Amino acid sequence: MHGLEFDVAHLLAGSLVLASFMLLYQDRLYALLNVYALHAFVLALSVAWQAFVQHAPHLYITASIALIFKAIVIPVALHRIIVKLGIHREIETALSVGLTMIGGIGLVALSMVVMLRVTPGADALAREDLAFALSVVLLGLLIMVTRRNAVSQVVGFMSLENGLVLAATAAKGMPLVVEISVAFSVLIAFIVIGIFLFRIRERFDSVDIGALDRFRGESGYDV
Amino acid sequence: MTFDALTALLLIPVVAAAILALLPDYRVSAALNLLAALFTLVTATSLFVVQPVSGQYLLVDDLNKVFIVLTTFVGFTTSVFSASYIGHEIEVGRLTPAFVRFYHAMYQTLMFAMNLALVANNIGLMWVAVEVATLTTVLMVGIYRTHEALEAAWKYFILGSVGIALALFGTILVYMAARPVIGEGTDAMVWTVLVARAAQFDPALLNVAFVFLLLGYGTKVGLAPLHAWLPDAHAEGPTPISAVLSGLLLNVALYALLRFKMIMAACEGAIAPGPLMVVMGLISVIFAALMLYRRRDIKRMFAYSSIEHMGIIVFAFGMGGALANFAGLLHMTLHSLTKSAIFFAVGHIAQVKGTQKIADIGGLTVTNPVLGWGLVLGVVAIVGLPPLGIFMSEFLIVSSTFARQPWLTAILVLGILIALGGLFMRLNVVAFGEPKGLTKPAEASYIPMFTHLALVLMAGIYLPPALVAGFSNVAKLLG
Repeated sequence: MHGLEFDVAHLLAGSLVLASFMLLYQDRLYALLNVYALHAFVLALSVAWQAFVQHAPHLYITASIALIFKAIVIPVALHRIIVKLGIHREIETALSVGLTMIGGIGLVALSMVVMLRVTPGADALAREDLAFALSVVLLGLLIMVTRRNAVSQVVGFMSLENGLVLAATAAKGMPLVVEISVAFSVLIAFIVIGIFLFRIRERFDSVDIGALDRFRGESGYDV
Repeated sequence: MTFDALTALLLIPVVAAAILALLPDYRVSAALNLLAALFTLVTATSLFVVQPVSGQYLLVDDLNKVFIVLTTFVGFTTSVFSASYIGHEIEVGRLTPAFVRFYHAMYQTLMFAMNLALVANNIGLMWVAVEVATLTTVLMVGIYRTHEALEAAWKYFILGSVGIALALFGTILVYMAARPVIGEGTDAMVWTVLVARAAQFDPALLNVAFVFLLLGYGTKVGLAPLHAWLPDAHAEGPTPISAVLSGLLLNVALYALLRFKMIMAACEGAIAPGPLMVVMGLISVIFAALMLYRRRDIKRMFAYSSIEHMGIIVFAFGMGGALANFAGLLHMTLHSLTKSAIFFAVGHIAQVKGTQKIADIGGLTVTNPVLGWGLVLGVVAIVGLPPLGIFMSEFLIVSSTFARQPWLTAILVLGILIALGGLFMRLNVVAFGEPKGLTKPAEASYIPMFTHLALVLMAGIYLPPALVAGFSNVAKLLG
């Protein structure tokens, strides 16, 4: 596990973290979806490389799921949804970019410290991938909490799941059941989300989650 | 795979779900739903007679038998309640037949997912099952399509998915910890193998894994501060689903947590998971107890009470030891029975009164005596007054932990007392106050509610020795 094999794997996993950072500061939905497609594409490359390095042909399936489904089908479908909803021009102002980026850097540092410290026994590739994967998961969470828009929250969640796939492939020899289930869950999740986005739109004329809060049963001012 | 009770346990709900998805008439499908739940219950009970052989993917042992029987029993009684509840919803037009068809299919899918999570021997499979259970309940919570229901479903979906994602990360880390010892492949995800070899695992990695699992599955258990989805999901979905969520799904997530706790306990150098669980349990108890005072929606109020009780149960399992584990198991069982009985009552009350707002409900013991007194009995049970069963399980938890951690136990007792005050304050108005709201007679099925309450009463007076022996055996397993 030296030389080129390690370096490429490292590069790809690192690029995934970088793509997560790019997701953090996108304030237009179109751009956000494009970066998400890039995110999934990098994931597909990374998984394919792992398949090659580990001589694990079943990982090629995971890679193609990531490529076809996550990098192409979902972004295209979401594009269409936001055009239909007429929110593709919306600009989202959540937390300031600077603050979010600093928060993101802090999370990456945290995951490096935690994962590298607890896995001295594992092989170098697995431990670095795991550290990167945790970074992607935490950055996905950060995206979800800093966004108000349902579509961007969904993108945050999907980037989080990409991090999980990276972790699952890094764990050498992990049975296929997990990869399939992750892909499967994204599929169902997406259907559910699709239904919900339309329903929310139907009810509120907006996909701003803030609009939902007003209908809380107990918010005090709405009875 | 040979055909045995284990296969049947999973197959019956799946087949039923497929048929129910095609049946247009809601009366027939409600009956079929009930029948399928009954068959599943019978199959589950047969596990005590003939124990099927466990394999790489499925497992039956003393621990999950208790959970399976409880799950299928409450699943069955809820299906009885659901039949009359749904009939009323169709009458008043809150649900259309198409939605009811979907509802019944989802009900059986949920039963399947919960059974699968309970019998899974593979930690990956268990995760998948919990995920399926989450998604089906999300769909059912949003079934009324009101503003509130959509918000509740969305919130539940997002928070549940994040929780489930963290749990998967924890599961992957457990695999990573097991791989150097057990080797690559499926074996390193089989729970029985994991427990047997856990002593050699890397403790540091296992520690991190458990933190993720606790946060992940803890979200599903509804532990504060990860509980935000729970009150909304309980309040806005159909009431049978509130009963199943509180009575069963929270238990299933707790069960997953207990399985991982056993792995942690088998590994010498790993941190003790107990203190983490005790702290989260206590936070949940105190927080939920205080929240009970400001509730204005009756289903939401009992949802907070569920958070409180899950806190008590997690506290008991966190303290550990044979007696506390026994008390925790007993409390979990009785809470499931009592809370679902309360939701059965509340469901009919909300239908009679046409509202869930506490301010619009009053004098139930006068207007609808059977429902009103049923609710009173349920609340008396849930706050832990003698001679009902929960008094005994709470007493056991307190007395078994007081000698070890007097201060922590004092906090627990304080929480229980605060909750008692909050619930009685509301009950006083709802059950005995001025009659308010509509006063039409209820077309209710009282059997499920009173069956549960009778069982809870019986447990408070006399516990069959066989049950005590079985629970103590499981308590020893839990360590």
